[in-house]
Amino acid sequence: MDFIKPTIEYAELSPLFIIFGAAILGVVVEAFVARPRRHVVQVSLAAAGVVGAFVATVLVGLNLDEVGDGAGRGLVGAEGSVVVDGPAVYLWGLILVFALAGVALFAERKLDAGLPVFAGQAAAMPGSEGEREAANAGLAHTEVYPLVLFAVGGMMLFPASGDLLTMFVALEVLSLPLYLLCGLARRRRLLSQEAALKYFLLGAFSSGFFLYGVALVYGYAGSMGFEAIHTAVLNGSDNRSLLLLGIGMLSVGLLFKVGAAPFQAWTPDVYQGAPTAVTAFMSAATKIAAFGAILRLYYVAFGADRWDWQPMMWAVAILTMLVGAVVACVQGDVKRMLAYSSVAHTGFLLTGVLGVQAASELADGQVTSLQAVLFYLTTYGFAIVGAFAIVTMVRDANGEAPSFARWTGLGRRSPVVAGVFAYFLLSMAGIPLTSGFIGKWAVFTVAMSAGAWPVVLVAIASSIIAIYFYIRYIRLMFFTEPEPDQVLATVATPSPLTSVTVAFCAVATLVLGVVPGPVLDLAAQVGDFIR
Amino acid sequence: MTEYVVLSSILFTIGAVGVLVRRNAIVVFMCVELMLNASNLALVAFAKQHGNLEGQVAAFFVMVVAAAEVVVGLAIIMTIFRSRRSASVDDASLLKF
Repeated sequence: MDFIKPTIEYAELSPLFIIFGAAILGVVVEAFVARPRRHVVQVSLAAAGVVGAFVATVLVGLNLDEVGDGAGRGLVGAEGSVVVDGPAVYLWGLILVFALAGVALFAERKLDAGLPVFAGQAAAMPGSEGEREAANAGLAHTEVYPLVLFAVGGMMLFPASGDLLTMFVALEVLSLPLYLLCGLARRRRLLSQEAALKYFLLGAFSSGFFLYGVALVYGYAGSMGFEAIHTAVLNGSDNRSLLLLGIGMLSVGLLFKVGAAPFQAWTPDVYQGAPTAVTAFMSAATKIAAFGAILRLYYVAFGADRWDWQPMMWAVAILTMLVGAVVACVQGDVKRMLAYSSVAHTGFLLTGVLGVQAASELADGQVTSLQAVLFYLTTYGFAIVGAFAIVTMVRDANGEAPSFARWTGLGRRSPVVAGVFAYFLLSMAGIPLTSGFIGKWAVFTVAMSAGAWPVVLVAIASSIIAIYFYIRYIRLMFFTEPEPDQVLATVATPSPLTSVTVAFCAVATLVLGVVPGPVLDLAAQVGDFIR
Repeated sequence: MTEYVVLSSILFTIGAVGVLVRRNAIVVFMCVELMLNASNLALVAFAKQHGNLEGQVAAFFVMVVAAAEVVVGLAIIMTIFRSRRSASVDDASLLKF
């Protein structure tokens, strides 16, 4: 039997190779570098890997060739399993920006008196002698940096996959490190371990559904490749039940990852229990990667079967927005509130997914739903990372203080930090002059022009409900007098790692809200998915 | 041919129901593995039906992924068990509103 050597497009796939290479180097560093120097080496390696991959992504993006009729640019690489096209490169860039923010937040040590945010020794029992010894010896898990790089690699592969098998492997490569990272908090370790357990069991359950969906769609189409699936859907076959069941099961896996109702139950628990730096990273980056994968799977592989999956998406989008917005109103913990608000944002993004896909069906100057969703992901990512980064700074004697009562009157004590946090909340609420407004505008118009007006109506209604709980929180910070004997949180002084991240997110949110043109143009230039 | 697919769907259902009704985290996790293996059976059966190798190759990848998942999963369940002396998923209920 002849063995044919596969061709790998090393130049175009270089961002992936850099990230995975840096992750593997990180594992080697863990084995060979002395413990006192490990933290510095690991942080520099992770940051260098992410920045290097970002530069490579920009270079790849500038040199993509036009394909076919000019609607898309890029190439199908690695024997059909990885697709490097405009949207994929845009998502890579976005994921890498938030990965850098994540690495910066992971490396923060000043907030907790020189201690890192991660447990000194995860294997030591909470409250045990071993834990105290590990803390006194200044131990720190520097494995988190290779882990986060592996997760970033999986996230980059996820929206760029060209067949179902690659998509499944990428899903696991991004999830497994995140399960571990969630369980590594230094403080409130029982909550953190519980979050990891819940995330892991539910995540494994949902990826089981995803995999069975892969098998069913493969049974229908006879191939894993998205182009072959597209052809099979176009030609039709008598086994349509296989296809429909397969789409449904694949949706369970993907909708779980983005936290859409009715698969949102893990979101608040995991966001609350995980170390806040991890929450900040995964709330933005996982959502970006998973929405990239949803867009590719539904537009590229199942685009011809749109009339079958759109009603399901309508229902899920409506349910997600309502559940997210309504349940966020009754929360008493800021991390949980932000988690439910991120569920509502998932609903808004799904509204965008329902929009018009072909540029030819649109008037001049209108964006397609792919571009609207890409822009919304950009705005949402900056706001949520900035907000969670501020949550790490607001502390009391027991570390972070996420309960509402502790934040009472924070605006009087630290007007700048509270003001920036309020600005992020207003952006998430979609008030004009913030990036969130432009993002919401974009996704609502694309859904409207596709005739999904009931979904848009619900979206506007839930935006109004959402404004209620954001404004209530701003009132709590600025206009509520604390009780005399109330325990209050104060803002700890962070190192530049956190403050620069917050400042960068705030500036990005402001700029995207005032002059969204350049980024909208960039999202428009990425073109379409290629097959 | 159909028999294998039917068998795989039965196995998948047993796994999914097991995840929902069992309390011990280890057993829940074994049920997830059963779901993955049911998918493997379906993949191999469809590969035979279509006469190509993609499904069989996928089955190998799934085995590797399942092994990696076991490592991560047992590590998490171990830490939970050590700190709580229980692996029941009902006991993990600190996070709620």
